[in-house]
Formats: sequence, structure tokens, C-alpha cells
Amino acid sequence: MTSLTWTGPALDRARVRRLLQDYGVYAALAVLFVVAVGLDTSFVQMSNIRVQLFQVAPTLLVALGMALVIGTEGIDLSVGAVIALAASVVPLYVGYGMLPALAVSLLLGAVSGAVGGAMVALARIQPIVATLSLMIGVRGLAEIVNGNSAKPVTQSGLLDLGSQSVAGIPEMAWIAGICALLTGLLVRRTTFGRQLVAIGDNRQASRLSGLPVRRVLITVYVISGVLSALAGVLIVGHGAEADPANQGLNMELNAITAVVVGGTPLSGGRVRVLGTVAGALFMQLITAVLTQHNVHTSYTQIVEAAIICFAVYASQERGTR
Amino acid sequence: MVQQDLDPRGDSVLEVSGVHKSFAGVHALRDVDFALRPAEVHALIGENGAGKSTLIKVITGVYRPDSGTVRLDGRERDFRNPLEAQAAGISTIYQEVNLVPLMSVARNLFLGREPRRFGLVDVGRMNREAAEVLGRYGVDVDVTRPLRTLGLGAQQMVALARAVQIDARVVIMDEPTSSLEPREVETLFSVIRRLKEQGIAVVYVSHRLDELYAICDRVTVMRDGEVVHTGEIAQLERLRLISLMLGREMATVRDKGTTAFDTDRHERQTGRPVLSAEGLTVRHRLHDVSLDIHPGEVVGLGGLLGAGRSETAKAIVGALGTDAGSVEIEGKPLHRRSPAAAIRAGVVMLAEDRKAEGIIPNLSVRENISLAALPRLSRAGVVSQAKQDEVVRLFMERLRIKASGPDQKVSDLSGGNQQKVLLARWLCLNPKVLLLDEPTRGIDVGAKAEVQSIIDELAADGLGVLLISSDLEELIEGSDRVVILKDGHVVGNLDGEDVSEDGLLDALATAPPLSPDDPDLPEQPGPATGPENPGGTPRAGSDPAAAPVKEKQR
Amino acid sequence: MTSAVLPPPATAKARAPRATLGERIASQVQRRGALAVLVLVVAIASATSSTFPTWSNISSILGNNAFVWLLALGMTFVIMTGGIDLSVGSMYALGGVLGAYGSTHGTWLAVLLPLAVGAAWGTVQGLLVAKAGMAPFIVTLVGLLGLRGLLQAVTDEGATTYLVPQHSAFRHLGSGVWTPVLITAAFFVLGIVLLTRTRFGHTLTAMGGNENAAVLLGLPVARTKVTVYLLSGTLAAAAGALGGARLGSGVTTIGIGYELTAIASVVIGGTLLTGGSGSVGGTAAGVLLLAVIHNLIDHYFSQYGSAFTDTVNGGFLAAVVLLQTLLSRKQQLE
Repeated sequence: MTSLTWTGPALDRARVRRLLQDYGVYAALAVLFVVAVGLDTSFVQMSNIRVQLFQVAPTLLVALGMALVIGTEGIDLSVGAVIALAASVVPLYVGYGMLPALAVSLLLGAVSGAVGGAMVALARIQPIVATLSLMIGVRGLAEIVNGNSAKPVTQSGLLDLGSQSVAGIPEMAWIAGICALLTGLLVRRTTFGRQLVAIGDNRQASRLSGLPVRRVLITVYVISGVLSALAGVLIVGHGAEADPANQGLNMELNAITAVVVGGTPLSGGRVRVLGTVAGALFMQLITAVLTQHNVHTSYTQIVEAAIICFAVYASQERGTR
Repeated sequence: MVQQDLDPRGDSVLEVSGVHKSFAGVHALRDVDFALRPAEVHALIGENGAGKSTLIKVITGVYRPDSGTVRLDGRERDFRNPLEAQAAGISTIYQEVNLVPLMSVARNLFLGREPRRFGLVDVGRMNREAAEVLGRYGVDVDVTRPLRTLGLGAQQMVALARAVQIDARVVIMDEPTSSLEPREVETLFSVIRRLKEQGIAVVYVSHRLDELYAICDRVTVMRDGEVVHTGEIAQLERLRLISLMLGREMATVRDKGTTAFDTDRHERQTGRPVLSAEGLTVRHRLHDVSLDIHPGEVVGLGGLLGAGRSETAKAIVGALGTDAGSVEIEGKPLHRRSPAAAIRAGVVMLAEDRKAEGIIPNLSVRENISLAALPRLSRAGVVSQAKQDEVVRLFMERLRIKASGPDQKVSDLSGGNQQKVLLARWLCLNPKVLLLDEPTRGIDVGAKAEVQSIIDELAADGLGVLLISSDLEELIEGSDRVVILKDGHVVGNLDGEDVSEDGLLDALATAPPLSPDDPDLPEQPGPATGPENPGGTPRAGSDPAAAPVKEKQR
Repeated sequence: MTSAVLPPPATAKARAPRATLGERIASQVQRRGALAVLVLVVAIASATSSTFPTWSNISSILGNNAFVWLLALGMTFVIMTGGIDLSVGSMYALGGVLGAYGSTHGTWLAVLLPLAVGAAWGTVQGLLVAKAGMAPFIVTLVGLLGLRGLLQAVTDEGATTYLVPQHSAFRHLGSGVWTPVLITAAFFVLGIVLLTRTRFGHTLTAMGGNENAAVLLGLPVARTKVTVYLLSGTLAAAAGALGGARLGSGVTTIGIGYELTAIASVVIGGTLLTGGSGSVGGTAAGVLLLAVIHNLIDHYFSQYGSAFTDTVNGGFLAAVVLLQTLLSRKQQLE
């Protein structure tokens, strides 16, 4: 039976909804920025902007990986734990220099991602459960590796990475920006990116079309793991200490929020990289504005929750399911 | 049950008059009158988009008409949702069994109206009553087992029993036989006859003309949102019925047949087959199936539902794991068995279920067409836009895909155009062998004809084609050769003049019973014949009735 | 086309195939696996350890954990419908704080306030899932965040700690071993009856199995969904309040990650995460199994601290889900 759908000028609400889905996050970001400046002109001072960029960079890195995973109709709850794991190994290898420490961290991120990806792609476990078990297990592992207390990190290269600026913009933000650009190109221009989106939209059809479904899925989780590990190293560099018990906590929520606020539907088949960047910035700025105006963290948290709720509601495609 | 009026010419139990319904300014129903008498089976027929489903949805309260009335027993009713219609005595049985596979048969039958004692469900009574009710419909099963362990036919019976239980006055059946085997169809018919005896009116929607003539009393034909004919079905000649549905002259239908295939057979190239499958075996489903496809020929795969036709195609391309057997492409064996490997070797399959296994709904026509060819359109993993555009434009023109442009979302296209997009996805890979699983199911007449002529052209270009179709005429007129499957075994091969409706039915009817499926056979496998014997053996340790269920569940 | 031509026997009977041995074993393992492993683990632990089978050890396993198991009970219902409730950990903490706050005004308030808030929040979540059609995962994630925020607001950003008055009758609800165990057991028995012997239970099972069908069959799908989240929220708040009664104060930092343990218990107990199949009894076996294993880890690997428990938890969950996926695939393929 054919479904009887006709699109006509009568469907203005649908158009509004689509516009909201596509451009809502940018409009919201712009409005928020104007309001923030209106409330306090010091908001546009470079020092403040730099602070915001420092804080948003790790979230953005994780959110980029999360956007890819969500694009395949998956979810990666292990990102926070991978940050902790990456942080936990930095003090062990930083004695050999920055690069070995970075390499080991990223490798562990990749391994964790590969395990999650294998559970999803090969054993066909639901992503939420597969990465949930990783989330619990990997953080435990990180704490075992590190021991109970936070360890200071003094390696200069790593500290520079977390605190220096190039052309007035923090190096962390440059890294996150470049990663966002690469992710955007990956999704739009490459075979892998298009296959990823197709698999997220209709996995069975993709498999029958000869797409390497398993390989793509595993790769996506590996990318997410590597980006999380990178975020973990940057967090260690910025804070000058490795504290796996506390670093990366709730990061999975922040990343999912950024992705969802950015307009990527949780149902897969679509990845909005620029939207994710805007979503991460928006969540960062709103927290900053509320905090700077002495709103209690409790209310900040409630506001954030409400925003996620609204974003998800708005991003739903009505009537298609 | 209602017994007051068994005269089929009595007053209408359900009367729809002057109903208009439009969506966003487009008319879906125009001044539709439809009357249903008590104790009649009324066929409702028309092409896709003719307005059948809209009419049914108006009757069952899914839609509310813009104007016009729906009367039940002479009283005007305005159902706001399907529940209200159900409560008033209008039950609907949908094409797919809409029950809960993991729950027990009895629970399914009584869901929502379980017998209770002291506020708690009386499980004992529920199971007893369920067994009793189902027994009346010839379904003899352990009602405490999960529904999914039943055959599809039995599941459909449970759905039917459930629908009728709710004191139905009117039962609407929307393509109820599309997943049934012949003997299950016959059981369904006997149930329908019993419903008639009880004075219940049945609206029967089906595309299978044979069934309509076998069971229906009257027929209403719809086209473009209007009723174009209502009357006794016995007085309506088959060709006339088709021409009414299509809005074409009878003469054209008679001369050209109902399909768009060229009546000439293709010139077969002899010599090495382009595809050769040997001894494909999938536990419980396929048994030693072998077939060859030569370049330039269309090989039909005949058989009934559950015979293993789709499974054969899927086994060839590696979408279904095989326990034994090999596939050779132009003499070279296909080692790794996966759709990707088959595609690389030049074998592609148009899957049966367009929605679940074909289109990528949210992507554009462009992306859907180029999906499988992406690696070929890329350099170093980066997709070349120019090459992509070229391929897409070429195939949109060649297959006459009607879309607002390559960037239109594929799910916005009609079924026929979606099918053409999928064909384009495969053809742009320049395949050697094309496996087509029900290529024209569920698409409108125009697109059907186009797809059929495309198949002809492709074979003429030298492709090897395997055609699976439940449409007997399509299979007969489209194929040069037909391989017949029954219960997973090859039971016959028709060639040349033998490729005819009679030939096919003969082969199917004369093939010895192959499985304990047959109710007259004992459950144990028969003696003497080995499982290798393609002539027919009860399959050792198989569970036949589950096979069609799995086919659906995939 | 072919159907009417072949003369089939008119009295054909549809007969169900027998379940194969593999299918039956798989289904049994899935349903009773947790119980079997529980018995095995307890037997081995009792045989090899002198401290495990002691009364003090067993009573600490039961008494300290019993209330938290109620989260798993509520979660069972939610997961049976194919949903998930990530907010229960936060609700547990909020329930404890509200219970402690209420107890300063009387025992009744201590009981009713958390229940009312839990029910109200659960209803909101249920409405968002059922009426607005939002993914349960995201709605309850919002609940996880929002409730923590609410918790901070109620306690002046964690600065205020409410204590249950020394002589409040509320304290009795959580004291000792038997009171918590009996309360929890009573809830579980009610849960079993609710799931297997009421229309509500049948409806929620049907929804999890095939939601479309449930709608077309005319079942009250939306209402049942709302009720399920209401139930989960209320149970979590009640568990929190009882936990607060046991501890004697409302602890704001408690309950983090409890939702994960609850989900793990439910899954280990054999309930399918996709919904439509599962049992409260299985969940009971699941929570007991996890509690025993944690007890053993605490005992033998205490030098590694709670981090080791987390690692084992994660690994265990992964193993069970892996097994479950393989088993259910076997059932489908057989």
C-alpha cells in the first residue's frame, strides 16, 4: 500500500521544523552570543574567549567521534572512560617525551574503540550496552593503572599543548578545529564517510550493496576512541595532572549533548559536523554565561537538561516512524 | 453472532456514501460510494494509488472523511480512531501478521481482554479457551508456545480468530494471502465461508485475481480515487476487470498480454555459463540446488512461497551462509562468500524487500545510485563528484527515473521509481549477472511495464538474468527457461515450449511430496529415500512450517 | 495466481514444528542462566571460603544492598517495553534526601514526599517518551542530569545535609537485615504478579515484542508506557528513601552509576534489552549474583579497591550480553 503523502504549501509547520533542525543551532548560538555580550561586554575580551576555547576543545574532539558513531545509529558511552585511560598512561610514558606518551595514549584509545567496535560489528551487541560495559570496565582499569591519587605531569611539551596559544588561539582549539575540518571532509567527501551514513540509515541494504559494514563500524568506534584519547591527553596537559578518577566524568553526556543540539538525529543516517561544532560551542557558552552571572550549578544543570530535551524533540522527524 | 439477515441482497451492513478525502489539496477519494451487504464477500480491487487503502482507512477510523458519511447498520458513525471502529464491530486483518511473536499463542489471542479472576489473569482458562477457539479454525497447536514458532499460515489464523472474536460485523482483509501457502489459503477460504454463514460481511483486498473469483461474491473496482465499477464478480469477465483497473482498452490488454515482455525468446548463447551454482545447501532451507545462467538469457525461478527462491538468490551472492555448494563466475570459483565479493565478481542481487533491503531512505537519489559503485568513483578514498554526477545522470536518463533531481530524497519517490533507482545502483557496476527477486512487486502498472522491458533489454545486451516472481504471467512471459523449486529442492526444469503456465503447474503438482509438511504424511521421515535425492524426500530433522516464518523475519 | 489451481486438502491443519534441542537449551540458558551461575558461585564460594558462608557476611550482602535492588525491579519493567531508564541513580539520591528532609516533619511526609516526586518525575518522563515520541535513552539521560541539578538545588548546592531524627519511626524501615530484605522481597513478588498475571503486564510485554501490533490490537500503549516510567521513578525514589532511612541521612553523592548496575542486573537476569521477553525472577537472580560477586571481589581483591570491582563489572556485563546475543541468535537460526 502506498502511503498517501503530498507536500504542499499547507505544510508550513513542517518547513519551520526543518529550518529549525537545519539552522536552529546557529541561530541559537548567535542569539546567545549577542545576549551574553549585551549582559556583559567583557564577554568578548580575548582572555574570556580563550578560556572558553580551552574548555570547549576536548568536548568538541569527543563530540566529533560521537557524531560519527551516532551517524551509524550507534552510541559510544565509553568516551569518558577512554579519557581517563589515556590520562592514566600519560605519567607512565611521559618520561620518554611527549610523543611516546601521546602515541601510547592514542593507541590505547584505538584499542578500546576496536573492542567496542568489535562487540557492535562482529557480535552485534547493541551499541549502548557494548559501550556501557566498556565505560564501567575501562574507567576501573584506568584507576588501577594510575592508583588512587592524581599524579602531577610536568613535561613541558605536554603542558604547552594544553596552555599555549598560536595566533591568539589556544593550540588545543587549533587541534580541535583541524580535527573538525578533517571529520567534515571525511563525512562529505570520502567513500568511508558516505558508506558510514548509508550504513546508519539502512544497515541491511548497505550490506547487500556490498558495503564493508563491519569494517566501517569498527573504524568508526576506533576513531571515536582515538579522538577521546587525544582529548584525554589535552586535558592532562591543560590541568598539569593525570586524575583518572575525575577526568572525563560525564564527558559522554556532554558529547552526546553537543551532537544532538547540533542537529544530528539519534536515529542515524546523518552526520552534521559543523552543527556539532556549533552545538559544543553553544553548550559551553551557555554554561559560561550562567556561571559568570552567578547562577547556581544546580540550575545550570537543569537548564542544560532542558536544552537537550528541546533539541532532541526538535530534531525528531515527525510522522516518519 | 448476527443471524438476522442471510439474504445477500438485503440491506447494507456498511454503507459509505459520497466520501471525499483529500490530502494537501490532492484528491485521494472522490465521491466514493461503497455498500457492503451482510454475509457477502466483497472484493475491493485497484492499482496502487487507486484509493483502496484510503477507503479502508476511512472505514476503520484511521482517517476521517472531508465530506460524506459512513453508516454501520444504517446508523451514521464517525470513528475517531481504529479502536472505536473495532468496538463497533469492524475488524481488520493486515497484510503482515500484526501480533507479538515472542508471546504465547493464547496470550496473543486474548491480549487486552484476558479472562480474569479476582482481578488477575486466569491463565488456565485463557489457555483452555484459546485451544478451543483455534481448534474451530483448524489450528491445532500448543497454545502456550511462542507465536513465532508457528508457521505463517497458522499465525495468520490466530490473527483472524482474534479479529472475529471481537463480535465483528465486518471483517476487512488486506491482502491476507500474500504470505500464505496454497493449502493455507484454502483453510482461510473455508473460514471465510464460515464467516459468511454467520452473516458477517467480508471486504477482501487482493491482487490475486484467481482468489477473487474463487471466494468473492461482488467486486468494487477503484481507479484514481473513484469507484469505476461495482457488481457481481461472476458477471465480470477477467479481461474486463483488468481493463477497468488499468483504464486501458480491453483489446490492448488482450493483444499485448499483461506484461511488457517481448514475446520472442532471447537468443541464447551456448557454451560456458556466466554463472554456475553447484549443490547449494543451507540447512533447513536449500538442498543441493544447482543452476546455470548463460549470458543473454533470463532464467526464471519458479515455486511457491517458502520453496527457497529468495534463499537461492541470497545464497548465490553470499548474503545467506551456505553449508555446502559452490558458485563459479565464468568458470572462476567464488571463494569468499559475501555480497561484497559477489559484487566484485560481477553478480548483483536486487533484493525482494525494497524498503528493508534496498533503499537508503534518507539519502538522495544520487547517493542511492552510486552507493555500491563508490569505490570505483573514488581516488584514494575521496569521491569524485564529477564522475558521480555523470554516472547518476546517465542512469536517471536511461531508466527514466522520475525525480525532481538527483538530490531528491529517495524515500519521496514512488515505489516504481525507487525500484529503478535500485536497478541503476546495480547496473552502474556493469554486472555480468543480475539476480532479480520480485522486481515488480508493489509498483504501479506503468513502472512495472518499464521494469519488464528493461529486463528484456539487459538480457539482449548479454547479461545473465535470474528472475524470481510470484506473478506467474511475468515469470512465464519473461523467462527463457524456468527452474522449479519446491521445499528447497530443484524439482523441475522447463525449457522452450514447456515454459508455460500449464507446464509450471504440472511440474509443481506432479512433484512428489517432499516434506512432512503434508498433513497426510506421518511426522517421521519416510523410509528408503535419501536426503540427496532431488526427486523428493522428507527432509530429515527439518522443521518445514517454520521456514516461511523465517523468510519473513529476515 | 497459483493458489487456487492446486487442489489442496480442505481440512489442512496448521501444525507447529517441534522446538529443536538446541533451541530449547538456548532458551533455558537464557531464562535460568543467572540462577544456575548464582547457585554455582555460591556453592564454590561456600566450599572454598570460610568467611563467605557466615551469617555476618550474608546479612551484610543482603541488608546493605536490598533497597538498591528495587531499581533493578523498576528497570525490568522499563526494559521489557524496549525502553531504558537512566535516571534511577539520580532519583535514588533525590529520594534519600527528600526522605531525610521529610522525616524532620514526620514519618508520613518522609514516605510520601519521595514517592510523590518520584511518581511525578516518572510521569513526565513517560509522557515525553509515549506522547512526544522521544527516545527513552535521551529522555532519561536528561532525567539523570536534571535530577542531579534538582538535588543540588534542594540541598543548597550540597551544603545542607538533612538528618533523619534519631527517634523517627522512619529509621525503623531501613534498620537491621530482615526489614529491608522483606520489603524488597515483597516488592519483587508484587512485580512478578504484575508482570505475569495482569493485563498491564501482558500489555507491556506485548509492546516490547511488537509495538506496532500492540497499537493495532487496540492495547493502551501510551498509558502503559507512562505507567512503566512512573513505576520505575516511584520505585527508585522509594528505594532512595528507604536507603536514606537506613543511613540516617540524605546523601547527595550517592547513587552515581546505580542505573548501570541496575541495567546490568536486569540483562544478566535474562531480560532482552530489546524488550518483549524477560522475568522479574530473573532480575532477582541477577541482582543476587552481582551482589555475591562484588562481595567476593571485595574480600579477595580488596587491595585494588573499588576500581577492580568496576572492571570486573564491566567485563561481566560484556560477557553476559555477548552470551545472550549468541544464544538468541541460535534460537532464531535453529
